[in-house]
Amino acid sequence: MNRLLNKIRAFFHKRQLDGDLEAELSHHIEAATEENIAHGMSSDEARRRALLRFGNIQQARETHRATRGLPWLDILMQDLRFSLRTLRRDRTFTIIAVLILALGIGANIVVFSVVDNILLRPLPFPNADQLVRIAPKVSKCGNSCATYSTDAVQEFQQRNHTFSDITGYDAFTAPGNWKLTGKGVPVPVSEIDVMDNFFHTLGVQPLMGRLTFTAEESRPSGAPVAVLSYPFWKRQLNGDPNIVGQALSFGGTPTTVIGVLPESFDFGAVYSPGAKLDVFTPYIYDRVREYGNMISITGRMKPGVTLAQARAEVDLLFPTLDFSVKGGAIGKYSAEVHDMKDYISGSLRRALIVLWSAVGLILLIVCVNLSNLLLARAAARSKEFAMRRALGAGRARIVRQLLTESLVLSGVGALLGLTLAIAACYYLAHQGSIALPLLNQIRVDRTSLLWTIFIAVTTALAFGCLPGLRASGSDLQSALKDSGHGSSMGKRSDTLRSVLVISEIALACVLLVGAGLLLRSFLRVLDVDLGFRPAEATAISFDYRNPAPDPTNAKLSATLQETLRRIKTLPGVQTAGITDSLPMSRNRSWGISAKGKSYQPGELPGTFVYVVSPGYLNAIGMRLIKGRDITWNDTNPAQGVVIINQTVANYLWPNEDPIDRIARVGGADARVIGVIEDVRETSAEAKAGWQMYVSVAAPQFGPSDMQLVVRSNIPAAELQPLVLSTLRELNPGQPRADLRPIQMLVDRASSPRRFFVYLVGIFAALGLVLASLGVYGVISYSVTQRTQEIGVRMALGATPGRVQMSVISKTLGLAAIGIGMGGVLSIAVANLIASMLFGTAPTDPMTFVAMIALLGGVAVLAGYLPARRASRINPMVALRNN
Amino acid sequence: MGESKLDLLQGTLDLMVLQTLAAMGEMHGYGIARRIEQVSGDEVLLNQGTIYAALVRLQQRGWIAAEWGTSENNRKAKFYGITKRGRKQLVEDAAYWQRLSSVMGRVLAMSADGEVL
Repeated sequence: MNRLLNKIRAFFHKRQLDGDLEAELSHHIEAATEENIAHGMSSDEARRRALLRFGNIQQARETHRATRGLPWLDILMQDLRFSLRTLRRDRTFTIIAVLILALGIGANIVVFSVVDNILLRPLPFPNADQLVRIAPKVSKCGNSCATYSTDAVQEFQQRNHTFSDITGYDAFTAPGNWKLTGKGVPVPVSEIDVMDNFFHTLGVQPLMGRLTFTAEESRPSGAPVAVLSYPFWKRQLNGDPNIVGQALSFGGTPTTVIGVLPESFDFGAVYSPGAKLDVFTPYIYDRVREYGNMISITGRMKPGVTLAQARAEVDLLFPTLDFSVKGGAIGKYSAEVHDMKDYISGSLRRALIVLWSAVGLILLIVCVNLSNLLLARAAARSKEFAMRRALGAGRARIVRQLLTESLVLSGVGALLGLTLAIAACYYLAHQGSIALPLLNQIRVDRTSLLWTIFIAVTTALAFGCLPGLRASGSDLQSALKDSGHGSSMGKRSDTLRSVLVISEIALACVLLVGAGLLLRSFLRVLDVDLGFRPAEATAISFDYRNPAPDPTNAKLSATLQETLRRIKTLPGVQTAGITDSLPMSRNRSWGISAKGKSYQPGELPGTFVYVVSPGYLNAIGMRLIKGRDITWNDTNPAQGVVIINQTVANYLWPNEDPIDRIARVGGADARVIGVIEDVRETSAEAKAGWQMYVSVAAPQFGPSDMQLVVRSNIPAAELQPLVLSTLRELNPGQPRADLRPIQMLVDRASSPRRFFVYLVGIFAALGLVLASLGVYGVISYSVTQRTQEIGVRMALGATPGRVQMSVISKTLGLAAIGIGMGGVLSIAVANLIASMLFGTAPTDPMTFVAMIALLGGVAVLAGYLPARRASRINPMVALRNN
Repeated sequence: MGESKLDLLQGTLDLMVLQTLAAMGEMHGYGIARRIEQVSGDEVLLNQGTIYAALVRLQQRGWIAAEWGTSENNRKAKFYGITKRGRKQLVEDAAYWQRLSSVMGRVLAMSADGEVL
């Protein structure tokens, strides 16, 4: 141990120790010489004898160094120095190689970080493997069906034995549902009710204060309290360190801050990708007990309890839970216990694996490409290697030297790639438009760094081995004799390089076809008729608080009419309307059935319900195909009106005219007055479900969070101040909300697909560039090698066109074989990703043809440049220069 | 590095150096080499250069210590001296060699009919 330390120390003090040794050695020789002189020899003879007795001085130095230091480290340093020197000399090669490696490795680090974060790493909670989501086995509708009633949850809390904690949150919140008042213009705030033990169950530790609500705070009589999210605290309250205990005014209600969440906790990342929640308030059990299914459940299993045990208990208990104790109704619930991590990222598994494979392919292409480049270099350096071997360097020593060079290249490439990856990860973590879970946590961490080292080394070995073996194994004599233009070694090397290029083209082909299929699917998704027109439609949170009781909603109706009238007079505004939920954002569902008909229990799915104003359908661009829109006069308290979508109409009144039929809507009668075309509610890819629209002005349905939808050909940014000032004139309490394009919601819904398409597309483009570089390299090299031959042929009368053709046909040959192999591979790969495609067959001929044509075209172009050079060879010059 | 091939020789040389220093006190490299040659009655043809590898090895193991000083002919020279740990090691190694040489003696003294004389 001690000795190793000494050796390491010796390695770093080489110069001083060498000096010491030299002094010692010269003292030795002199002392010996003097002694010999004293014995009567002449000074020359004395010195000669002294040297003789000493033995080989150089060998003594070497063994001394080897004994004292770390010989392998010395050799490594020597190799490193030599590598750096050669690489610096060959600057173009080095830059190209490092860039290629940086792109390949960088892409791999980014994707690894994403995959690691979403798929591999446990959730950012202590003992995250104990956390589960409990949700219905089959979800027939959106959030409503993924929730349970207050009574059911509390009963389950008491009766279960496998969970240490059961908690949940109110699934029906809306962005900007609250406003922060008392500090100038009100600011919209996104608030959500969570059960008292919510943060305790997750194991989140407060940054400040406490996160658990008391029993008193969870009662209707309790004083209002709130927990703040870290970004909200930072942004709106300037990170006030004394905020705990202070009261903030939300919509005029003073609310005491009891705690601040840590920066690492992001509700949206775990529960609702892309959502930003600002304020967490206690779920007041007794206030909402009879509101129906409200709570989305999260549980923590007791230590040692397995998922199977928890499932067994849930299967037993859930069918017996009460929907409402007061109403005496059993919920007939079913539930599946999901590992929380699986619940969040399970659906992304396949896409992420595809992404991972795509970057893996890229890395493979990078390796092949570099192998190729290095082979060309090795061919050019064959004399150097032959010389070194002739001077006694072992084969292993030369392979080692070349591998060191590869490692230096991939090391530098990895460093640059790491920089790119850190930037890319930072961007991904800080953008808000991609609705992927856990994206905020993405960063290049220790695991990613280890992965980087792993792929850098693997890459270096992969691309360095072949050229290394080739270079060290070449025939000494012929290489030394030959000036480099010989035919004896060109042939084998050429074949090897052609094989490499062919595999590169094949790999690129697979990538391109895969990307092409995904791109086409994406275009198909964009093309889907959504049932509404997002273009030119914008929405803004609309504040309405009515202090006085308003049982008939007459005051509300008057306010809304006046607001809409004023908004419609703004320049450029075509029409406007009001709704409580926008498409592709939140949803909730009630039941609808045809009055007088009986249905099997569970036969009818939940129906998304929208409380809208007259004119909303027009403003959002939905199409009425039968009947009429709601009017302000549809306010009969005995019988409401409802507009249904086609799916509902076809099911409830097949082959009948649904207009003027009476439906049961959420327990009350409503007359069907219109039918609209189906709307893609959750995303462009999901089928339209059941939808209905009821009047906001009707006394049966009160106001809730409202969104004002404005249709105008003026951009949202220009329109916003006009709309906002109008709203604020009418209601000074209107918060400074953003006017957001509806297109944003649509884009958000398709953002995971967009994310994957972009990434795979970038990788495919990279693969294409690399493959064409490979083609260019090989063809260009072969032209250089054959300069003389081409010169002869041209001297004998071959036309430039013919020479050009022969080079291009060689390119085409390589490309054809590569594409042929790649095409077969692509069909296999396409079938693997079939489930990720939308409206596109895995064998979509157009995609295949287009991608193959693209690849072929680029390959030919890559071959054309050297071909042109070949055709311009001057026979005289070529023949003279040997 | 071929260390295994030279194991016995190295061991021998190391032991000789330790014993020399133990017996003679501080000495420089040349002195040690000459002393070993003299004691062996010039029977060992020591390749003097190899002594420096042995010295650095013993030094790194902490069995000898080195210091720059002035030699008898008034030159700067590195003087080596045995350390406490070196003395302990010397006792162990010497015992080992005694045993080995006595065994070797007995083995080589075997007569043709296999009887130990």
